[in-house]
Amino acid sequence: MFLLPSVVGFFIFTAFPVVAAIGLAFYDYDLLFGREFNGLQNFQDLVKDDVFRAAFVNTLYFTLASVPLSVVLGLGAALLVNHALRGVVIFRTIYLLPYVTVTVAVALVWRWIYLPEVGLMNTILGWVGIDGPNWLTSKTWAMPALIIMSVWKSFGYNMVIFLAGLQAIPQHLYDAAKVDGATAWKRFIHITLPMLSPTTLFVMVISFIGSFQVFDQALVMTNGGPGTSTTTLVLYIYQAGFQSYKMGYASAIALVLFVVVAAVTALQFMLQRRWVYEGEARR
Amino acid sequence: MTTMTSGVSEPARTRSRSVQPGTSSAFPYILFAILAGTAVITLIPVVWMLLTALKTPADVAADPPTWIPETLRWANFSDAWNFAPFGRYLINSLVMAGGIAITQVVTSALAAYAFARLRFPGRDALFYIYLGTLIIPPQVTVIPQFLIVRELGWVDSFAGLIIPQAFTAFGVFLLRQFFMGIPYELEEAARIDGASRFQSFMRIILPLSGPALASLAIFAFMFHWNNLLWPLIVSNTDKTIPIAVGLTRFQGERGTDWELLMAASVIATVPVLIAYFAAQRWFVQGIAMSGFGGR
Repeated sequence: MFLLPSVVGFFIFTAFPVVAAIGLAFYDYDLLFGREFNGLQNFQDLVKDDVFRAAFVNTLYFTLASVPLSVVLGLGAALLVNHALRGVVIFRTIYLLPYVTVTVAVALVWRWIYLPEVGLMNTILGWVGIDGPNWLTSKTWAMPALIIMSVWKSFGYNMVIFLAGLQAIPQHLYDAAKVDGATAWKRFIHITLPMLSPTTLFVMVISFIGSFQVFDQALVMTNGGPGTSTTTLVLYIYQAGFQSYKMGYASAIALVLFVVVAAVTALQFMLQRRWVYEGEARR
Repeated sequence: MTTMTSGVSEPARTRSRSVQPGTSSAFPYILFAILAGTAVITLIPVVWMLLTALKTPADVAADPPTWIPETLRWANFSDAWNFAPFGRYLINSLVMAGGIAITQVVTSALAAYAFARLRFPGRDALFYIYLGTLIIPPQVTVIPQFLIVRELGWVDSFAGLIIPQAFTAFGVFLLRQFFMGIPYELEEAARIDGASRFQSFMRIILPLSGPALASLAIFAFMFHWNNLLWPLIVSNTDKTIPIAVGLTRFQGERGTDWELLMAASVIATVPVLIAYFAAQRWFVQGIAMSGFGGR
């Protein structure tokens, strides 16, 4: 039976944990002291928990800033490298490079880049006369620092998907528009953007899902600090579950994460009818 | 599904739009300047990592920072190597990421074939359950997964690192789309000649699916080489700790020895860069395929 290995594994390690994660959220489950059903207590605690509130807001802040930047830069890069220029393949390779680097390793590099005195960021800002902040120890600037690093790491991935989308647009549409005298800008607005909209939707959905999960950078670069100014939801799940061993409480946070991701994804698909072109590209 | 197969069979780079002649003669140069500028900015952190890995502590502390080290200090690598068992971490990463890649390809290909070609009750319902889990962030299931692994006695073992990650709805989805693009007639001939389902899967479908299988494998390998959360939870000792977790521990121990941290980061990054350059085509196609998969 072809399905057996996959289905058995899938149900044990994916489907069952999904159900269990929901169930556990209603338990007081300390890894050291066993578990006890406590209804909605975890959620009542969450509402009063300042760290959770900070993590929620921080994750939202991170997502709302990094997704648009990463999507726009990804699209820009895709438009640039979609030209048949000699050596353009090398640029594609370079732009995707940050995405394939090991996050922990480059997070360490960025920690150094953000050092106040000798760090590269402030040195470069100094050239144009800006006195840069102490990025990673500043409550105001630590999160932007994480966002810049994450956009740097992820835009190449979006570029590849956009590039595939761009190349699926039939050339004859552009040829016809040119015959009609449409400028490059008009061709971009009236052909490229609408024809690319299904790709854009997809890129936005996975970027949102991905950035709600931000963890590695936050752990390595700031460990959530200073204070709780860069604590993200997944970092808090890790801290609550695997450093404080409060499995039930961590599951409740995870459930909130899941509900938010599912809601945002559903919302994006609902809104798609207003802006996503589904004409002949689909047939 | 035609878009899908076209995305797979034609490498992305063959259909670029040519630079429009006559728009402006300076256009290619401006374009090149923008491309090159962006490339430099993109590369700075990586180049910086490489350069710092070769600096002396004095060079690292220089203010303003120097780009090119005055003397190349290769000993940073052997020092880092001696402070922590990076060789062991690399092997652990290789076993973990390689093991996950191989098992994912095997389980996904089998299941994808069933979803693409076989008829059985509940097939579509089951497939939708698979699809549904795609939007669930993996961190949501990490706690129950850990409790299961703990129950099985797999904490700090390769079984615990690999097996929970070996079943992927994404891989099943990806390969099913690809298999559905393969004409059924090819299989029909073999079936008439008396080949079993399994034989036709092994001899016809798999040989035709090289690119898709390679894409899934390289994607899984690189993703799990990079993955931090799961091994951070499951592995405790040098016996199983992969390089990503090893690096975070190294940071904890030598948080400000930047030249050593950078040398260790280079050690962690070089293998994926080699894999990236060697299998770039499959990797890029893997991303592009996932993009079309979303349609």
